[in-house]
Amino acid sequence: MANQAALPMLQVTDLRVSVGDQEILKGVNLTVNAGEVHAIMGPNGSGKSTLANSLAGRPEYNVVSGQVLYQGEDLLSLEPEDRARRGLFLAFQYPMELPGVRAWQFLKAAVDAKRQHNGDEEMSARDFDQYLKEKVSQVDIDPELSRRNVNEGFSGGEKKRNEILQMAMLEPALALLDETDSGLDIDALRIVSDGVNKLRNPSNAVVLVTHYQRILNYITPDFVHVLVDGRIVRSGGADLAHELEEKGYDWIRETVS
Amino acid sequence: MSTQRIISRNTSSEELVSDYKWGFTIDIEEESAPKGLNEDIVRLISSKKEEPEWLLEWRLKAFRHWMRQNFEEPSWAHLHHPTIDFQNIHYYAAPKVKEDGPKSLDEVDPELIEAFNKLGIPLDEQKKMTGVAVDAVLDSVSVATTYQDMLEKSGIIFCSMSEAVKNHPELVRKYLGSVVPYTDNFYATLNSAVFSDGSFAYIPKGVRCPIELMTYFRINAEESGQFERTLIVAEEASYVSYLEGCTAPMRKSTQLHAAVVELVALDDAEIKYSTLQNWFPGDKEGNGGVYNFVTKRGKAAGRNSKISWTQVETGSAITWKYPSVVLQGDNSVGEFYSVALVNNYQQADTGTKMIHIGKNTKSTIVAKGISAGKAENTYRGLVKINASASGAKNFTQCDSLLVGDQCGAHTVPYIEVKNPTAQMEHEATTSKVSDDQLFYCQQRGIGVEDAHYMIINGFCRGIFQELPFEFAMEASQLLKVSLEGTVG
Repeated sequence: MANQAALPMLQVTDLRVSVGDQEILKGVNLTVNAGEVHAIMGPNGSGKSTLANSLAGRPEYNVVSGQVLYQGEDLLSLEPEDRARRGLFLAFQYPMELPGVRAWQFLKAAVDAKRQHNGDEEMSARDFDQYLKEKVSQVDIDPELSRRNVNEGFSGGEKKRNEILQMAMLEPALALLDETDSGLDIDALRIVSDGVNKLRNPSNAVVLVTHYQRILNYITPDFVHVLVDGRIVRSGGADLAHELEEKGYDWIRETVS
Repeated sequence: MSTQRIISRNTSSEELVSDYKWGFTIDIEEESAPKGLNEDIVRLISSKKEEPEWLLEWRLKAFRHWMRQNFEEPSWAHLHHPTIDFQNIHYYAAPKVKEDGPKSLDEVDPELIEAFNKLGIPLDEQKKMTGVAVDAVLDSVSVATTYQDMLEKSGIIFCSMSEAVKNHPELVRKYLGSVVPYTDNFYATLNSAVFSDGSFAYIPKGVRCPIELMTYFRINAEESGQFERTLIVAEEASYVSYLEGCTAPMRKSTQLHAAVVELVALDDAEIKYSTLQNWFPGDKEGNGGVYNFVTKRGKAAGRNSKISWTQVETGSAITWKYPSVVLQGDNSVGEFYSVALVNNYQQADTGTKMIHIGKNTKSTIVAKGISAGKAENTYRGLVKINASASGAKNFTQCDSLLVGDQCGAHTVPYIEVKNPTAQMEHEATTSKVSDDQLFYCQQRGIGVEDAHYMIINGFCRGIFQELPFEFAMEASQLLKVSLEGTVG
């Protein structure tokens, strides 16, 4: 374990990813250590979501070349569900609806899949109920959501909050948040941010993909990276986000070109 | 939560890897009539059962009517199969029993008891299922019926059709063929001529049947047809919930099953009829399997009567089945809730008919079709509002779910309205298990196969809720087993 703690949580080397015929990521390098929060910012179409989704193993994203080590392990050779069971979590930009599937049943299957991977027994229904209750109050969301069908008829904000609840339940080692802040009103944004902040601890890491600086008022990142046209063109501390907010993405484009 | 297994038995994950789990053959001595159908065979069946003259006459009328149809099966369904050689089938097969048949369970062949144990249907007194009375039918013969004493105390009759003919001829004569006449359709006519056994239930006036009644059907003999006949009569203000389950061994040749079920509900009576149909579906290449041509109809004869069909159809190579309700009594209610899952080369053409005759009659149809592999699934349903049925209402919902891109789903609704006050609603959807939904599940650590299973189960939720609890657990398990190996 000591050895593993010393390894970076995530080490992305020269990652190139295409969707269809189009190359979206053109050589991304990124190192994330345990205990860190990284924000990936960039204009629309720069490849932010592609980065998050290809790390999670979404099928339509083809890795052309490059390497990704997750806790020292070759991430790209793993099936999406195996990545998840090892503690990689993606909060979706557009969470899917699963008609007729109760949210708690979905959550329990997810929690149990991870436990089985770790060699633990499935949770009893009673323990799971208790655990769910704790997490529901921890992330401060409507308990009713977990009794409904997964995301079915949820508002945009409810879907995002539901992602945060799932994240809290699964306690990931690496959480990727794909524009979780987009389309949220100020209250929802606060709930989502609180959820992320409560999760932060020295042994896990968060990669936050966002278009806007706004969420960074609530979640203070350790590093900010700017992704333009499939490459990280600039990295810095939290200040970089403020600078971006002031000067806009054109400023970055000008400085790098 | 009960661990009782009615149809699918307690399956371990190891067992789940293998195919059809009910495919074993029961090794008992059987006697069967020679292959083929002629008047002598009909007479033989009737005499084996020591039937009264009127019943033999009825059978013969049916036989002659059938012969006039010149082996021309109905061809309107969206089903494709080789022509059935009706002269290459045994029309009577039965486990050999002592002269007079078993008087009690002690006299039932232990092999048979063991066979049913293996299927998860314990028949002996100590182990019998709590709260469910079972009539076990092997090939054409009822083997045993549990809980009879207890039922008799409330005046309920639950026995095999043969016993009913012997002990309650007046009831059988009054109602047999009253809902499905022998002239009804090709298969019903054939069944009327050669039916050998089945279940009979009679619930007297004002009695609410305290336990579930269940018939477990099993085809065992090779190249034999199974033609059982079930009749349920609910007198005024009575209630009964009836379940049926079915399995068959794996055979390379196809097996013919042509059953008839008739239900009669008088004033204020309610019959709830649930089916888990898991006949052998054939192998992955489409060889063998049961051809299931079934006529099921209920007559909601009385005022405020109610008949509800719930079916989960996962088995059979061919399913041709339209459980229907004739809504005769004023304010009567008919319901049809169905899940039909087809995989590999299975074909199903199934649905319902709701015939509104009485005033203010109400029917609900919710049909969910799931197609996987290279299978074809058709919903076919008729809603007919007669001129007399003022204030009639129908709600129909047909949803199809496709798994993969080589299967088919079809919806064929027929609507005939002859009364302007009728209210009709029809909704239909077709959807696919999407890659995005699957990825969402996978990203939460749920494997592809479990994800399919979860999504399909969700799709069926509304129907499973209509099943008695134990059956609902079974149904969900059946779906899982039926889908094995096709996804992921």
